[in-house]
Amino acid sequence: MDIAAQSIDGGFADPVFNAQTVFRAVMDAMARPGSVQPLPAFARPPAPLSATAGAIALALCDNDTPLWLDPALQASAAVKSWLGFHTGAPLANTPADAHFAVIANPAEMASLDGFSQGTQDYPDRSTTLILQVSDLVSGAPLLLEGPGIETPATIAPAQMPRHFVEQWKQNITRFPRGVDLILAAPDGIACLPRTTRIKTMEA
Amino acid sequence: MTDIATYNFAYLDEQTKRMIRRAILKGIAIPGYQVPFASREMPMPYGWGTGGVQVTASIIGPDDVLKVIDQGADDTTNAVSIRAFFKKVANVAVTTETAKASIIQTRHRIPEHPLSAGQILVYQVPIPEPLRFLEPRETETRKMHALEEYGLMHVKLYEDIAKHGRIATTYAYPVKVEGRYVMDPSPTPKFDNPKMHRSPALQLFGAGREKRIYAVPPFTDVVSLDFEDHPFEVQTFDQPCALCAAENVYLDEVILDDHGGHMFVCSDTDHCEKRRADGHRGHLAPETSETHSTPEKLEPAQ
Repeated sequence: MDIAAQSIDGGFADPVFNAQTVFRAVMDAMARPGSVQPLPAFARPPAPLSATAGAIALALCDNDTPLWLDPALQASAAVKSWLGFHTGAPLANTPADAHFAVIANPAEMASLDGFSQGTQDYPDRSTTLILQVSDLVSGAPLLLEGPGIETPATIAPAQMPRHFVEQWKQNITRFPRGVDLILAAPDGIACLPRTTRIKTMEA
Repeated sequence: MTDIATYNFAYLDEQTKRMIRRAILKGIAIPGYQVPFASREMPMPYGWGTGGVQVTASIIGPDDVLKVIDQGADDTTNAVSIRAFFKKVANVAVTTETAKASIIQTRHRIPEHPLSAGQILVYQVPIPEPLRFLEPRETETRKMHALEEYGLMHVKLYEDIAKHGRIATTYAYPVKVEGRYVMDPSPTPKFDNPKMHRSPALQLFGAGREKRIYAVPPFTDVVSLDFEDHPFEVQTFDQPCALCAAENVYLDEVILDDHGGHMFVCSDTDHCEKRRADGHRGHLAPETSETHSTPEKLEPAQ
């Protein structure tokens, strides 16, 4: 299939209700860190962008939100033109300019503090990172506590960034500044807002 | 299916919804912080809940069940018109029963019936900035939040004690969220403040005129500000509801005549009606034709 067709195919079949469903899944995951919100595959973006990450981008991004893509996605002309056609989001030149960042390969990603952290006055002006992970059960378990969590919850996302626990600890110390993570697995979403503390990590 | 042009689902256009949804996510990630958003003109005046309506319109889906309350009541103008609005523009199911609703939009009360996980409480907020009456400049209050400089609020509460012998603030009583941001719980009576603490429901706040959205995720610490020697206290009432005999609920005073006659009744109409349907009678409950049971019936164990 040529690029023009690839960039047009695979958007939301029902933009209003699909976007609402995706947003509610993200909102519930953000409000209850550690919970996994199931999400049917609404979007069919070109590889290496995953269906879940693509759907989140369609639901939240538009021409107001500069988008940063990691090198794996950056290399795909089809992904760039698909996101461009369906969201209209401009591509950010640097991670620090991005409102959203989509990371296809979290294990290789640049450090979290390279993204926009917001300011002390406006901590909301930070980057929200959408990390594509293959699943939420096979990685190193993370024991989570903080707002939204009744009893400590565990998720074990695969392919997380290097030294993630240490990086996350630094992210928390910057509060109220910091980045928020949306973990996009093939069958569901989990979130790590900047308030979530990782209690311990077992190998 | 109709042929005439119609509104987008839930009235707002999709770009506006995305903008509000992004603000809601940021609000949840930074509990108690007021996220600026580009509030839209709504087909109702500011002060009638345009902030809450925009938040509800951005989160609601066809499967949701909506309840709207105004000062606890399901049947007052604001509640009825907002409920009718969403019935019309989103075609969603509406209810007056707290337990059956998935989204509850509220003006100035938290329902008496405990909220459950999965429910969303949307507050209509007139003045989101708790420091506004102490410091009118937005640039300054923003700095105070940034530096976590809340001494002024404690001075205000202290002046209450110096003047009145107790903290005289009874509504919009300031709270601290997760030990960081001081937040205005909207003008709810302070009676409702303890219900916000570690509530299983997600709480979203929308201020349309002031263009701010903020949030309290479930199971988040919400602590009312106080002093060691003047701890936070809620209002108490020396008589039960005159219609349903409920105690430990928030009561409204209703004037009955121009000779000083009055009665105290539940502000939460759904709670009051449920109790009366269960046979609870207050001392002013009307003798209904559909005879329920004996007025002196014992209250069953909870």
